[in-house]
Amino acid sequence: MLTIDEVKHIAALSRLRLTDEDIETYRIQLDAILEYVKKLQELDTTGVPEVARGVEATNIFRDDLVDLCDPDTHERILKAFPRRSGDLLQVQAVFEDRTV
Amino acid sequence: MMPTIRQIKDQLATKERSCEEIISSCLETIESKNEDLNALLSVEKKAALAQAKSIDKKMSLGSEIGSLEGVPVVIKDNILVQGWKASAGSKMLENYVAAYDATVIARLKRAGAILLGRANMDEFAMGSSTETSHFGPTKNPWNENRVPGGSSGGSAAAVAAGFAPCALGTDTGGSVRQPASLCGVVGLKPTYGRVSRYGAIAMASSLDQIGPLARTVEDVALVMQAIEGKDPKDATSVELSSANIAELIEKNIKGLRIGLPKEYVVEGMDAGVKKAVMEAVKTLEKAGAEIIDVSLPHTEYALAAYYIDQPAEASSNLGRYDGMRYGFSSSGDSLLDSYEQSRGRGFGREVQRRIMLGSYVLSKGYYDAYYRKALQVRSLLQKDFVEAFKNVDVIAAPTSPSVAWKLGEKFDDPLTMYLSDIYTISANLAGIPALSIPCGFVKGLPVGLQLMGKLFDEARLYRVGVAYQELTDWHSRMPE
Repeated sequence: MLTIDEVKHIAALSRLRLTDEDIETYRIQLDAILEYVKKLQELDTTGVPEVARGVEATNIFRDDLVDLCDPDTHERILKAFPRRSGDLLQVQAVFEDRTV
Repeated sequence: MMPTIRQIKDQLATKERSCEEIISSCLETIESKNEDLNALLSVEKKAALAQAKSIDKKMSLGSEIGSLEGVPVVIKDNILVQGWKASAGSKMLENYVAAYDATVIARLKRAGAILLGRANMDEFAMGSSTETSHFGPTKNPWNENRVPGGSSGGSAAAVAAGFAPCALGTDTGGSVRQPASLCGVVGLKPTYGRVSRYGAIAMASSLDQIGPLARTVEDVALVMQAIEGKDPKDATSVELSSANIAELIEKNIKGLRIGLPKEYVVEGMDAGVKKAVMEAVKTLEKAGAEIIDVSLPHTEYALAAYYIDQPAEASSNLGRYDGMRYGFSSSGDSLLDSYEQSRGRGFGREVQRRIMLGSYVLSKGYYDAYYRKALQVRSLLQKDFVEAFKNVDVIAAPTSPSVAWKLGEKFDDPLTMYLSDIYTISANLAGIPALSIPCGFVKGLPVGLQLMGKLFDEARLYRVGVAYQELTDWHSRMPE
């Protein structure tokens, strides 16, 4: 059974700000899903290889060439920035504390 | 009645109808029905008509034309079309405008297709009913109190309602096939790697594939020919040998071995669905196919493995939505605050649920019990298919355990909603191609037959599908 604190911890790992009400709803729902997926523990998978994809693939190499995007695409990407300073993406400072 | 792609190509070639007439008629249908159905989030009326006119001119001059010249296509809202919004059904990307074309879009444009508009979908393709869309649910054209399935519900509803002869969707756990089944149209989940994922908004990268929806199997094959093949921008895409369409849709299925997996008859399966699917199998048998019982012993574990693997991958992929570079942005007192607020307010509930599920199964202490275990089960599932395909060419099963359910019916119970994907997810985990074809009705609602094939053996699925549609007329029925 998931606890409220565990759900709060998962929300923090997921970078999600949630209300107490949300936390409780998610606790119940996530608990039901985790209970269901426990089904896998019935299977003995000792020695079974793990596969992370459907179609077998080996490493695919390509030449490390610079492929500049055209200026129009470049400008369109800049336009999507929430905050912009010239051609630079403006972000909040990592060590800033605006509560002080 | 909306013509098929094949019919449109003929009509244009014989000058029976102009491209402008065809597009105008699509736009009229959209105008009269989309407000009720909410299948399309936006319609490119002016651009589509202008393109139609220029295609008419081009054809009158006898210029060379593309394989889909003048064919209207609807695009799921998580596939980038330069200059169009691409919201993925989310508040997070509500105002995001695509900066470039997805590879499939560039290829459709090159083939001469006319892109009509954006189709509604479950938020970030997470859902089985199109109810998790930030822009409201899509309704099933066969019964507007019912869901169209999901996550490509807008694409399926648009084709069923006659807005366009075909649409693109994406399929991570059944998101093309299940809505195709619930809306009575054909839908293909191609082999992983057959279609480039470049420009499709990533959900679970080892499972995602773009696939077409249309009313006939031949149309699906025509769209596939335009969009498939190696793309340097998606390292997982694969070089394919070329095949002509006549070869691909060769109708003879004499001696073809079709497997029936015993594990696909599950508790809670609708009796009407079972009957319709078994009838369809009988039809194929009469056409010369040999029906063989097969076993896919790990089927009952597929859904559990999927709901570990998929959220794990999605939680990583959706890490990019941090409110900094693009998308919804909410500024807080610190950088962490801004991340948490942007994601807390920008994502809807189903997306948050799966991100948390993914974070949990990947977190310290749980990785081995959940994620590693799921990857092991995935290899057992793949082995099941390899074994089964030693004895059969194609596997037949239902696409969905039930027909379309009522709007709201499963919305507050995520686990029940997940169970509606029980027949479709195995194909994604195994990477194999799977096709859903209309095969009957239960109480006025469509049923889908699912055909699964060997890796990269779409051709055989087309053959069985074309043969089946030759013998039945389910696909030519349209909602009132």
